[in-house]
Amino acid sequence: MRISRPIVSAILLLALAACGSDAEPAAQSSEIKVGLLHSLSGTMAISEVTVRDAELLAVEEINKAGGVLGKKLVPVVEDGASDWPTFAEKATKLIRQDKVATVFGGWTSASRKAMLPVFERYKALLWYPVQYEGLESSPYIFYTGATTNQQIIPGLDYLKEQGKKKLFLVGSDYVFPRTANKIIKAYAAANGMEILGEEYTPLGHTEYSTLVNKVTGAKPDAVFNTLNGDSNVAFFKQLKSAGATAESMPVLSVSIAEEEVTGIGVDNIAGQPVAWNYYQTTETPANDAFVKAYKAKYGAAKVTSDPMEAGYNAVYLWAEAVKKAGTTEVEAVKKAAPGIALERPEGLVTIDGENQHMYKTARIGIIQPDGLIKQVWDSGEPIKPDPYLKGYPWAASLAAG
Amino acid sequence: MTAFVNQLPIGLSIGAVLLLIALGLTFTFGQMGVINMAHGSFIMAGAYTAYLLQDLVLALPAAFLVAGAMGLVLERLAIRHLYGRPLDTLLLTWGVSLVLQQLARDLFGAPNVQVSAPSWLSGGVGILPYNRLFIMGLAVAGVVGVWFYLTRTGLGRRTQAVVQNRQLAATSGIDTGRIDMLTFFIGSGLAGVAGVAVTLIGPVGPALGDYYIVDAFLVVVAGGLGQLRGAVLAALGLGLLNSYAEFWSDASLAKVIVFAVIIAFLQIRPQGMFVLRSRALT
Repeated sequence: MRISRPIVSAILLLALAACGSDAEPAAQSSEIKVGLLHSLSGTMAISEVTVRDAELLAVEEINKAGGVLGKKLVPVVEDGASDWPTFAEKATKLIRQDKVATVFGGWTSASRKAMLPVFERYKALLWYPVQYEGLESSPYIFYTGATTNQQIIPGLDYLKEQGKKKLFLVGSDYVFPRTANKIIKAYAAANGMEILGEEYTPLGHTEYSTLVNKVTGAKPDAVFNTLNGDSNVAFFKQLKSAGATAESMPVLSVSIAEEEVTGIGVDNIAGQPVAWNYYQTTETPANDAFVKAYKAKYGAAKVTSDPMEAGYNAVYLWAEAVKKAGTTEVEAVKKAAPGIALERPEGLVTIDGENQHMYKTARIGIIQPDGLIKQVWDSGEPIKPDPYLKGYPWAASLAAG
Repeated sequence: MTAFVNQLPIGLSIGAVLLLIALGLTFTFGQMGVINMAHGSFIMAGAYTAYLLQDLVLALPAAFLVAGAMGLVLERLAIRHLYGRPLDTLLLTWGVSLVLQQLARDLFGAPNVQVSAPSWLSGGVGILPYNRLFIMGLAVAGVVGVWFYLTRTGLGRRTQAVVQNRQLAATSGIDTGRIDMLTFFIGSGLAGVAGVAVTLIGPVGPALGDYYIVDAFLVVVAGGLGQLRGAVLAALGLGLLNSYAEFWSDASLAKVIVFAVIIAFLQIRPQGMFVLRSRALT
């Protein structure tokens, strides 16, 4: 079909006029920019890319449902590159240059600690989606993953219930494993458990034969594993080939979710316990919808995991707080956030007003031969977040230090 | 005490991994003097070949060809124009390694992939699992093969002639361009074989090469450029040092100790363990 030139001009003029009529407010803010800052390259990319994907899904769903305050969310994605100074730099860029309303980002505690001063300095908001070592409560960060009393302590309770008395601690050499192990040692001392050894390896370490030799030589009842990233693949492959099994010596991990199981190889890790707040198999109506939507967007073979769900939740929780506040202005959103409770895939999640962490249900699961995780224990109800472990007498010295 | 004794075979098996990942580099870096930062990416290419085939025995020759072909293309297209310019080749090959890493990420995704070890490799003898013994066997086979090639075949002897004196070799009628091509092909191919081997013990992902590239250079530098026996001794020495240093301290400190020892060693013998005696004027 041919359209004559005058008609085209007329259409263009009409279009221009339509734009012009509400150009004033529209140009200013018909959309809200939000920053997504995760490692898309480097050693942490294996985990963080999936969190970004889940956050993008949440943004898309919210936009489909009409956006926030009638405005569309526009994600600005940056790569933290598994490098902590890069996280600080990109956070500054998102806040200062892109002027995003909030940032969803980070995975390792090192990246969060690198970003924290940036967000506090510019009084901007960060939503951090991963379980971490606690002992922190920045007024400019919302923590949607578990703190220690919602993951590590329930994990220890589970091991204690199973009659495991002698533990060996294995972790990557940075802030989360070292702090987690301090807590584990204090718990063990108060609960009659014995720590046979405590070993750290650099991030990205792949040679585990010596460490496996140390662990099997010490003959612990169980291993508490805080290794992060690719190191888990090497550790479990080499542990398996050394003949250790989940029956004789279970290895409880707090950084291995559905997404990591494939890379490690189900053969190497099936039967091992993990501690989280959410599994793909968690039975809630919201989770059915989440898993379906995620697979529809990214492929049927994809799995959902705890940090992904926490990232997905973060976008919804922030959107809810913005709706309640009626603005994206940071102080107003912070004021509106406490007490917001949403039915999420993991169940009811409530924002705590005191420390900006979430009430979350703790769950212990066993890795199945099909790569999914089956829940074998849960805390029954959402646990109040306690990042400084004030409610645990044995942890008194930790909070002080 | 048994744990202490166990560290000996563990050290040797760490040495075998180091030797395997460094063997290809003794060709491209040792023989040709190309600071080949893309070596890690060829290891990664070998690992992904193993992932695609999911068959260890088939993957070894396939990875040799795949990684070798990639090396050949790199040599023909770029490196041959930069011989004698070590800094430029360093930057070039580093850039190439970044490109290949991103390519792997786009092709196979950012998460690690699973390479199943064959069932005949489960189990082990004493402290050493069969897959470690397999890697040690592969390293021995690799060294014997390289030694045979360099000293017992016409092509290998011509390669050595080019390394020792390029001009003289050329005037004697050796096609040095072809020898360079072949050397790069073999060196890169060996990296591919090492890539298949490391799938048995470590993660298989786009960043895989990063985990091994530094160790590979350490072995070649400590052993002496272009020296096969130097590389063997250096790899085993570093493996044992690593094993006992980690046993007595921890993994982080062991790395520091290994680096400190190598730095101290290179102060005494800047050329590495063995020195190539050449009549070349340079």
